[in-house]
Amino acid sequence: MEKFDKLTSVAAPLPLINVDTDMIIPARFLKTIKRTGLGSDLFSTLRFNEDGSDREDFVLNKPAYKDAEILVAGDNFGCGSSREHAPWALMDYGIKCVIAPSFADIFFNNSSKNGMLLIKLPQEQVDKLMQDADQGANSTFTVDLEAQEITGPDGEVIKFEVDAFKKHCLLNGLDDIGLTMQKDQKINDYEERQKAAQPW
Amino acid sequence: MSEAKTLYDKLWDSHIVDQQDDGTCLIYIDRHLVHEVTSPQAFEGMRNDGRSVRRPELTLAVADHNVPTTDRSIRIEDDESRIQIEALEKNCADFGLELYSMNDIRQGICHVVGPEQGFTLPGTTLVCGDSHTATHGAFGSMSFGIGTSEVEHVLATQTLLLTKCRNMRVTVNGALPAGVTAKDLILAVIGKIGTAGGTGAAIEFCGEAFTSLSMEGRMTVCNMTIEGGARVGLIAPDETTFEFLKGRPKSPKAGAWEAAVEFWKTLKTDDGAVFEEEVVMEASDIKPQVTWGTSPEDVTTIDGNVPNPADEPDENRRNKMERSLEYMGLDAGMAMKDIKINTTFIGSCTNSRLEDMRAAAEVAKGRKVADGVQALVVPGSGLIKEQAEQEGLDKIFIEAGFEWREAGCSMCLAMNADKLKPGERAASTSNRNFEGRQGPGGRTHLVSPAMAAAAAIAGHLTDVNDLD
Repeated sequence: MEKFDKLTSVAAPLPLINVDTDMIIPARFLKTIKRTGLGSDLFSTLRFNEDGSDREDFVLNKPAYKDAEILVAGDNFGCGSSREHAPWALMDYGIKCVIAPSFADIFFNNSSKNGMLLIKLPQEQVDKLMQDADQGANSTFTVDLEAQEITGPDGEVIKFEVDAFKKHCLLNGLDDIGLTMQKDQKINDYEERQKAAQPW
Repeated sequence: MSEAKTLYDKLWDSHIVDQQDDGTCLIYIDRHLVHEVTSPQAFEGMRNDGRSVRRPELTLAVADHNVPTTDRSIRIEDDESRIQIEALEKNCADFGLELYSMNDIRQGICHVVGPEQGFTLPGTTLVCGDSHTATHGAFGSMSFGIGTSEVEHVLATQTLLLTKCRNMRVTVNGALPAGVTAKDLILAVIGKIGTAGGTGAAIEFCGEAFTSLSMEGRMTVCNMTIEGGARVGLIAPDETTFEFLKGRPKSPKAGAWEAAVEFWKTLKTDDGAVFEEEVVMEASDIKPQVTWGTSPEDVTTIDGNVPNPADEPDENRRNKMERSLEYMGLDAGMAMKDIKINTTFIGSCTNSRLEDMRAAAEVAKGRKVADGVQALVVPGSGLIKEQAEQEGLDKIFIEAGFEWREAGCSMCLAMNADKLKPGERAASTSNRNFEGRQGPGGRTHLVSPAMAAAAAIAGHLTDVNDLD
């Protein structure tokens, strides 16, 4: 997994609530057997016209935001399906951090397992950052995971909360499976107990 | 005296392998369903790291999302779909997993197949790389959808690292009025709590409206828990549950069965257990439901009207409503019953079980699908298809002008050839009305099987009771 420590980038405003995983990456693009290459179809319906040309009104098609690595979004971002293709598509495009008032549970888990930082902030703070993000090329944010701070374009610092274990894994790029396998004896013990208690 | 626990607390506590200082727990996973879309990258990861599956007998694989619902003897035209199914077959063979592939009579939608085989059992933890895994909570199983990284984690370790959800209870008192189904019940609940209402929660469904449902109905309810934002939806197991499971191929056999049932009877919330959040509704207030927008929370009654965004005080919500109505091609204030449809889809892990087939057939019987409407009936598994045919339901559908298809996910998410064209409008028994869900530009109205069949016949959304 990629490490996440500090990120400085333009932030793209996406002021929509309930952005679902079908919007992030429609099901017809899930036929891949790879994790990579999904970025070209990220936000397909919002981003492209039916003929495949760019929709000029979509934020990531505006020159100032084309290279944005941070997204500021509305409430309940990532709702819907469990497809990990949603964070894969965001990461493949280059988005490494999403800031929103809330995230759907499965999407939240999937993102952290791919080195993407999701920051949950109160609505008023997201509203302020959304206004900052609206400043186009001047909307540069710095996200510092170690310090748990976002510095906005006006120099204002916003603190954010992050689960201690997730922070540790993100900062060090740790893979959960390797960590869990160190607990093999405990898993064996559990299996023995279960077999005795519930033999069916 | 021990502390009073909720059903969710009991399931959680009995599966803790290890607890970290920050409260994160390593939870044992008893059952794992795998399908072709969210697993290839997990198997690739296993291969790259030289890992094997820890307990192959606890995983069951089935091809469902991509499979054609037409003639299965023909090679799948879409290369990518075919490759994904072939990859699943190879991965299951290489890692020693049981697979019901396309031409197995037991093949079907994974959330239909698990319970049908008795793979889903009360008191277990069950996961799958699919958000509708919540379905299995109908059996009192702690079941939830996971991503592909977690699929790999389960294959390798038979565990997951999790943080516990908060406890939430939704109680619906009294009996459902005649003609109101499990689908209407869960849509009404989602309409009340909102699509993020259950975020971070495990919901237990209590009250007569739920306990009087068949297992099929309970599965419909729990299936859509995720549409209310909650990963886990639970109904405590009872005699209806035990009756459903008895004699299924993977259910405990005689001898073990009695002990299992004794244990399952303890799987209920203790008196005095505390829920962080309670929602109470009255069944008598619930009418047949239909969605008007692009989120399952955008729901109203069939005798209702499309809402007016101008009446919505919250700016974000108002913007979302305006966007939804534009996408759906609807005007504020129009009667739901005036909305014309050109497609009906009866199927999906929400509503493709025998009871759903019977309910739709009852409406279809002796009637004809309206001109210009394509109506698909896609049973949830090969075994359901077979039983429906033994009951003559296929003939009823075909005579009425419906298409009777092979089992799979089909038009619920349009990964196979079954999809809406831009601007087409469907009455659908599936679970999501998101933009583009049933095909790019397609428009979805979520309804019960009886209402979907009625819409096919009328050519517009309608109350079953209004049919001639």
